Amino acid sequence: MSTLPLAREAASGPLGGGRGRRPALPASVAIAVAALVGAAALSLLLGARAVPLDAVWDSSHPLHPVVQARLDRTLLGLAVGAALGLAGALMQGLTRNPLADPGILGVNAGATFAMVVALTLLGTTGLAELLPVAFVGAAVAAFLVHAIASIGREGATPMKLAITGAALTAGLSSWTTGLLLADRKTMESFRFWQVGTIGGRGLDVLLTGLPFLLVGAVLALAGARLLNTLALGEDLARGLGRRTTRDRIVVGLAVVLLAGTATALAGPIAFVGLVVPHVVRSLVGPDHVRVLPFSMLAGGVLVVVADTVGRVVLPPSEVQVGIMAAAVGVPVFIALVRRTGRAL
Amino acid sequence: MSLTLERRQAPTAPDAVEVVRRARRAPRLHHRRLVAGLVLALVGAFAVRVLLGDYTVTIPDFVRILGGEQIPGATYIVMESKLPRAVLAVLVGVAFGVGGAIFQTTLRNPLASPDIVGVSLGASAAAVSAIALAGWSGWSVSAAAVAGALGVALLVRAVAGDHGGFRLVLAGIGLAAAMQSVIQYVFTRVDEWDVQLVLRWLTGSVNGVAWAGIGLLAVALAVLLPATAWAARSLPVSELGDDAAAGLGVGRTRTELLMLLGVLLVAVGVAAAGPVAFVAFLSGPIARALNRGRTTLPAAGLVGAVIVLVGDHIGAYAVPDLNLPVGVVTGAFGAPFLLWLLARGPRHALRGRRAA
Repeated sequence: MSTLPLAREAASGPLGGGRGRRPALPASVAIAVAALVGAAALSLLLGARAVPLDAVWDSSHPLHPVVQARLDRTLLGLAVGAALGLAGALMQGLTRNPLADPGILGVNAGATFAMVVALTLLGTTGLAELLPVAFVGAAVAAFLVHAIASIGREGATPMKLAITGAALTAGLSSWTTGLLLADRKTMESFRFWQVGTIGGRGLDVLLTGLPFLLVGAVLALAGARLLNTLALGEDLARGLGRRTTRDRIVVGLAVVLLAGTATALAGPIAFVGLVVPHVVRSLVGPDHVRVLPFSMLAGGVLVVVADTVGRVVLPPSEVQVGIMAAAVGVPVFIALVRRTGRAL
Repeated sequence: MSLTLERRQAPTAPDAVEVVRRARRAPRLHHRRLVAGLVLALVGAFAVRVLLGDYTVTIPDFVRILGGEQIPGATYIVMESKLPRAVLAVLVGVAFGVGGAIFQTTLRNPLASPDIVGVSLGASAAAVSAIALAGWSGWSVSAAAVAGALGVALLVRAVAGDHGGFRLVLAGIGLAAAMQSVIQYVFTRVDEWDVQLVLRWLTGSVNGVAWAGIGLLAVALAVLLPATAWAARSLPVSELGDDAAAGLGVGRTRTELLMLLGVLLVAVGVAAAGPVAFVAFLSGPIARALNRGRTTLPAAGLVGAVIVLVGDHIGAYAVPDLNLPVGVVTGAFGAPFLLWLLARGPRHALRGRRAA
């Protein structure tokens, strides 16, 4: 807690100039790891019914199955949160747009719509077949939003991107609802998925998506230096010898893999990718080599904490993690809109 | 010198007056013709909605049914299903059309319509909470919807400050997402998951509404629409912006009153049929385009009514054996229009009036 004022000071300083006053890298790593372990432990122990610590180790304890189920959802939450946090940081770096988030810019809606089309019209079942479909939907939506927002003299401003994303999300969710209405059985199973939840999904779901998440994460972390150069602006990056189009495609591919898989696993969760990079940047500075890994960790922590809080905040029912993320994310979004209002 | 001038002007002066008079009369004539045409279109759409479909009712039969005669089958279908749906569609369309046009003109931004800045979803969230969690019904649901709409409208205003355009729309999009989460949370709390409930409050639907609910909306509109007509007399001046309007003697309170009426119109519409997507957003610009670029609230209301009627008819009969709610249809076709508006460029879409 005592690091907070330090961090704020650093964030208000000139870019890159406040490095000395920021917490040193080992300290940041220690804080992040402690937060991760703490969040995971709370997620295992808390819920509609708190379990004692020994139930975690003792497999003959009557409450051990509860811990097992919570372990599954904790792992899924960590993976999905890491993917969303990383995807958000990549999008914000790629578009140089403080409001970028896979949920706000319509990427999640694209993945959702493509999956529902495959489920209802093509009769696809099974997560393994649905994942590529989700990637295609996410990629098409991301491309569409960017293309439409780029038309006009001032290009893709944060304002235009956000509104285009919202419009696409609204239209796609109408089509999604229409398709689901025709197929009541799919609708019933989509009921909770559509809100965004990591509960009751099982470990096999995570294992199916994990390879794609890993590839996306490797691409993303390899792209950290690309983003640093792109942050200087298109012309300067090109002057420094970067092939900016290729760089953008690499980072865009990582976004599609991460956001598409996260949506397929847990449903469309917005605002995690928006909030996490801002918090991380205020703690470790603007260097993407640091921002990206810390966004991964912080995204996982946020989703797991949101899920845990959602389990205990209004007993006996559960508040889905998608709803909790909106509760945290909307105030941050509005604060960002207020702060960047003039630049829009 | 002055004599010759006078002599030259004397014969032409009456003509100039005539020219000005005619130029001023032309838009009014056009507006009158437009409203008449839209009324005809509305009557046509209404007739199609009530008489055609899976079960065709002839006009003489329809008149006899209205007269109270019992025709086996037909009476039930018309009086319990088709007629209430059509009447509700017209009322809701008028409420959303006029409410949306008020928002867009007073805020001078076509994107600042109540369904985009979260006012409709705020009303819906409050209404569905009142119904599902508190067990309210009737007037109190409408009151809750009004409170929700007002709450979101005030919050958006407070967040956006005086920056009418960009900030307002973005803050509204954020709040709309929050309101959607509230609605989805309420759905997880109801004991039995009811598809109809979800469809009404998340997408908007005119299916299965009792006559009592329609009467409630009709009474509310009977109060609100005349009040709007009175308050909207100053609309052409308010459109010029706060400063210019103040200079011409139209104070801010008049504009605020008009906004309040817009919020109320949208809220009572939502309380009856849910947040039918994009009707409020589409009606104003379409009516403006038809009226050669001049703002018109009556035409916006009529356009809204036609949109909801036609959308409901398409939803009911476009796909066999599938009764799509009107909100799905308007959302599916309204979003591309919004994207097109954005793609046409900021000169038209984002700056709105100033550039037009």
